[in-house]
Amino acid sequence: MNTKDEIRDIIEKNDICLFMKGTPDSPQCGFSMAVSNVLKHLNVKFKGINVLEDQNLRQGIKDYSDWPTIPQLYIKGKFIGGCDIVKEMFEKGELKKILEEKSLI
Amino acid sequence: MALSEEEIKSLIKDSIPDATIEIKDLMGDHNHYSAKISSKIFSGKSKVEQHKLVYKSLKGKMGNELHALSITTEEK
Repeated sequence: MNTKDEIRDIIEKNDICLFMKGTPDSPQCGFSMAVSNVLKHLNVKFKGINVLEDQNLRQGIKDYSDWPTIPQLYIKGKFIGGCDIVKEMFEKGELKKILEEKSLI
Repeated sequence: MALSEEEIKSLIKDSIPDATIEIKDLMGDHNHYSAKISSKIFSGKSKVEQHKLVYKSLKGKMGNELHALSITTEEK
């Protein structure tokens, strides 16, 4: 499977995917930790994908989303944003609303 | 490697001429910045699209020469 198909597969199989540096329990970057903590705070189940374990995936997800930074959050196959957007949406209550609309919360 | 505040501002201004830009060097290391950008071109666009316009203005420097830039966008 090429990287693009692999990413599509991950996104399709998991309602909430966080492409991050490190793991939800042991984040390796402050921005990844921030988004991971937001999701934990909202008490939702999510799949953390550690891009540091796979160079192809690390570059591949940037190409796939046309987005130059990690972390990247996907909900039900849709790219939501990186750390700044997720934090802003969380603070405004918009993230919770999306999760409720998708019956993930 | 690192970019100065002025370089970041001028790159953004080149692509988004009407932008009002506030930049902070968060750690004084020319590597971790936050930028608040307002422009008319953001109107009617999603946050993802707005941030993409800012990233595009930085011409591939984001994630390379520029390690960390926290972005806030606003419609003018």
